[in-house]
Amino acid sequence: MSVATAATSTSARPRRRSRGGGQRSAPYVFLAPFIVLFVGFLIVPIGLAVWNSLHTVQRSGLGFGSSSETAFTGLSNYTDALTNPEFLDGLGRVLLFGAVQVPVMLALALVLALLFDSAAVKFTRFFQLSVFLPYAVPAVVAALLWGFLYQPQVSPIVDALGSVGIDPDFLAPGTVLWSIANVTIWSVTGVNMIIIFSALQTVPREIYEAARIDGAGEIRTALRIKMPMIAPAIILTALFSVIGTLQLFNEPMVMRSVTSNVSSEYTPNMMIFSTTTQGGNINLGSAMAILLGLVTFALSVAVSAASNRRGGKR
Amino acid sequence: MTMSALEQRSANRRSARVRRGDTERHGERPSRVGVAVVTVFMVGVLIYFMLPVYWLVVASTKSTSDLFSTPGLWFADLNLFSNLSRLSTYDGGIFWRWMFNSFIYSGVGSVLMTFVSVVSGYALAVYRFRGRAVVLGAVLGSMLVPQTVLAQPTYQLLVEIGLNNTYAGVLIPSLVYPFGVMLGYVYARSSIPTEILEAARLDGASEWRIFLSIGSRLMGTGTVTILLFAFIGSWNNFMLPLLVLNDQSLMPVTVGLNGWSQTAITVPELQTLTVVGALVSVIPVVLVFVGLQRYWRSGLTAGGVRF
Repeated sequence: MSVATAATSTSARPRRRSRGGGQRSAPYVFLAPFIVLFVGFLIVPIGLAVWNSLHTVQRSGLGFGSSSETAFTGLSNYTDALTNPEFLDGLGRVLLFGAVQVPVMLALALVLALLFDSAAVKFTRFFQLSVFLPYAVPAVVAALLWGFLYQPQVSPIVDALGSVGIDPDFLAPGTVLWSIANVTIWSVTGVNMIIIFSALQTVPREIYEAARIDGAGEIRTALRIKMPMIAPAIILTALFSVIGTLQLFNEPMVMRSVTSNVSSEYTPNMMIFSTTTQGGNINLGSAMAILLGLVTFALSVAVSAASNRRGGKR
Repeated sequence: MTMSALEQRSANRRSARVRRGDTERHGERPSRVGVAVVTVFMVGVLIYFMLPVYWLVVASTKSTSDLFSTPGLWFADLNLFSNLSRLSTYDGGIFWRWMFNSFIYSGVGSVLMTFVSVVSGYALAVYRFRGRAVVLGAVLGSMLVPQTVLAQPTYQLLVEIGLNNTYAGVLIPSLVYPFGVMLGYVYARSSIPTEILEAARLDGASEWRIFLSIGSRLMGTGTVTILLFAFIGSWNNFMLPLLVLNDQSLMPVTVGLNGWSQTAITVPELQTLTVVGALVSVIPVVLVFVGLQRYWRSGLTAGGVRF
């Protein structure tokens, strides 16, 4: 309904360069629903977050007669966030998490994609589906599932390792982060594998033919020809993975029901969530959210810059 | 049983589809040792990715006491049906209400998300207009915005317009789907030749008609791929409903199950119900996923051209 009204209002807008009838206004009409939603639920919320982060609710008076008013406090919420040890710990934790999880997961996805693209694997489609299927399992369910597999009372994995004399504790303070990393690797390797594999499929086969005639083996071809050809896909997956790890929320949130070693401030996202909901401090939470956004942005730019440099060398 | 059926189907598909790739593959002839190493690796991979799913199926058939006392990877007394009936009756059948809600959020949501993405992607790919670069930049840039930056202010906004704790409050904000728009753009650019559009224009067709009868059809495979990603994405939705909803009967199944898992510490019965519920909640997504296999395979390859 709102879409229809928006569409008529934009189509009435006059435009120069007449190329006949609807063609001038058509793109605006077509884009109207997206633009309305984009402004309403992306631009406005970001603006609101920025406004929140620059203000603070100040309480005056005591007891029942107290009143609160919102005052502009500049960057004080940001300095509060940046001097908050839990927030910084959480940030450090997800950066460490990403530094391990992203390379491991992408390496696995890449190896699988290369294997599926080579002649080495039979039943390619069956194996591909098995690897991709966990992606269809919602993160919350994946975390619940692995949560059971980590609990000594239920876990067949702990049983099996116990029978050969290893006694793992997947939920200890030092290991739980990597147990969470395992859940995310299990969930997202498939989709990254499929994206890389799709890119491999678009490489013209004649190139491989030429390499073979030149005497290059499978592994050499994979390293020297296939990987450079699909570099853009690898960079894209790396970029999305980095963004994903910084936003880590669902899995550790669910893990809280099986271990007390995941605090409610375990990751920046969880910290923001608890600050705004339980803590009721929207202003500080917004400042943290924007800081997290800036870190994400900076890292994404760094990933693309690094990839551009490599692209230039090639 | 399902596995062999899948294999069968995929084998059929393979012979019909990726011919080009296959003939090349047979020409490469890898060494026997290489094949052995790869096979061992692939079995390991299969176990890693499928074992949790297998465990879930086995665990769903067990009573609460068997869940804790019998070996995890083999069946004990078959209690699947009694588990399912307890799942259906617990708390007045709230679980099915959650499933229904998830269907509304993901079903309605993904169809609308796909429509918006395809129409916008088409417009960006086919037309040259003022502001196009700005929209494209905004689409790409917004993919970098973390969900939390948006979640809290979105909630505030929803409270302001009175949509918190409603279906619309979860549904509408999730319709902003820049990734889908980008995919739509990529597919439209690689699948729609401009000559066809010009020809249709000369025949006097309106722009909307051209989109409906030519553009949207040429984008068919890509559309299904977007739909699949949108469906999985919204079925996965957790943080926003967690913030926006406080009425149990409006929650999607992810939020509901998480709640059960947290209460299971005090109510052991909920352990089993969480397990069975998790299994049931995954079935629709897996069905959609496997059923649309043919589309996402070719859809992603088409998109791969521009990635």
